Amino acid sequence: MVDIADTQNKSAEPEVAERRPLPRWTITLLSVAGMLALWEIFGRHVNPVFGSYPSAIVVAFWELLRSGQLGSALSESLQPFVVGYGLAIVIGIPVGLVVGRFRTAEAAFGIFITAGYAMPLVALVPLLILWLGLGFKVKVAVVFLMSLFPICINTWLGVTAVPKTLIEVGKSFVAPNFVILRRIILPATLPYIMAGIRLAVGRAVVAMVIAEFFTTISGLGAVIINSANNFDTATMFVPIIILMLMAVGLNTLIGVVEHKVAPWQAEIAGRDRE
Amino acid sequence: MGEVSFVDVSKRFTLRVDGELHHVQALEHVSFTVHDGEIVALIGPSGCGKTTALRVAMGLDPANAGRVTVDGREVQGCGHDRGMVFQHAELLPWLSAMQNVMFGLEMKGMRGQPLRETAKKYLDLVGLADSQNRRPHQLSGGMKQRVGIARALAIDPKVLLMDEPFGALDAQTRESLQAELLEIHARTKKTILFVTHDLDEAVLIADRIVVMSHGRVQEIVEVPLARPRADLSIVRGLPEFNDTRYKIWRMLHDTSTVH
Repeated sequence: MVDIADTQNKSAEPEVAERRPLPRWTITLLSVAGMLALWEIFGRHVNPVFGSYPSAIVVAFWELLRSGQLGSALSESLQPFVVGYGLAIVIGIPVGLVVGRFRTAEAAFGIFITAGYAMPLVALVPLLILWLGLGFKVKVAVVFLMSLFPICINTWLGVTAVPKTLIEVGKSFVAPNFVILRRIILPATLPYIMAGIRLAVGRAVVAMVIAEFFTTISGLGAVIINSANNFDTATMFVPIIILMLMAVGLNTLIGVVEHKVAPWQAEIAGRDRE
Repeated sequence: MGEVSFVDVSKRFTLRVDGELHHVQALEHVSFTVHDGEIVALIGPSGCGKTTALRVAMGLDPANAGRVTVDGREVQGCGHDRGMVFQHAELLPWLSAMQNVMFGLEMKGMRGQPLRETAKKYLDLVGLADSQNRRPHQLSGGMKQRVGIARALAIDPKVLLMDEPFGALDAQTRESLQAELLEIHARTKKTILFVTHDLDEAVLIADRIVVMSHGRVQEIVEVPLARPRADLSIVRGLPEFNDTRYKIWRMLHDTSTVH
């Protein structure tokens, strides 16, 4: 009897282990595969000027890659992107911290940040071109202006959400103001800052393409415009998809960075074991 | 040394409720002294001003009139001569237990080897040497408050100020922390001023109890229990404990029915 009970227990154990849910990346992969399959099936019935489908896009991608056009377009686009987006992070975080922390700064500059977030930047690009010319600088400016405000606003909101008691801990141990800002408010605000940086990715990508449409036609934006003008829809989709993939990749990367700089957040939320 | 005196302290708050300004007299001419090495409990119904009194003593809120002195020196803002233990511990969630204790010491200017050694020593004192690398969310409520106590003690303040430190804990944890606090007091001889709404806790721990109501000191009661109070379960059975407890209960009861 004891033996039988034992074997029953042993056979029961792996069954429990097998009932673990699918890893989340598998679900994402299946969802993407399903989407692509549907696109492939229905896309083939559409006139190639009006639409395209994955296998045609892959062929176009290969063509662009082999001719070297894709590589140079990508590097042309990435340079202003990296500089503009980087500047937005480097400037947006401290500005948000100061505006969130000090009432006077909030009263003086808060309104510009809120208004700046809703600024119809596309309308201002011609003006920016007058100031900065058609080259690298104006593209950096467009990317910077588009991504600055979400980072700034999130940081600012994050600071105002820091519990007063945590700041009082700093005060009660006689921490100077800048130590409270750096060692209490900044870490407490990190999850908000990272959310802002994530939101800014999408806007920065869009800004990059806008800048390329309006200024010297170059980079991935140029590939889009030129192939659209030639009614080569499949080729037009190549940079669009690359840009979206880039945004997804950056988002994942930011998630990894967030986990490194603010591991306690995921632990508290209980998301560290997924 | 560590003597805290409240000298005629008054504090008024202005609240805006539905667009109307309300003035709340949180403290009215409060005067009492906590002697060196003494434990004094502030007790009273909620809203009686006991937490405000503690915050004024810490320097987190300024008094409108009167003054608080520590060893004769007037309190102006926070200082390292006072260590604060907060109601919900208020540990910094991104720091380990050890780093939380180190935070207070670093603010005092301590660096390097002494910093780690001192923090370690005080974590030992509260019995958390084995959990020094855990972050706050990996600690139980009682452990968190132990770290909070270690953080305040580590800067070697003259006075320990505690704001309902065990109020959020379950009964069992509370009792063991009360016993531990008495043990720590016996070893460090710190002056302790603590706020509580728990009558038993006040009588078990304090040498004197300041009963407050409506921002005033209603009465100051001596607790006729000898130290060391090693076994609190025995103390609870003593007639002196129950008499004192009943006496204060009557006081609190009277004030709450009058108003």
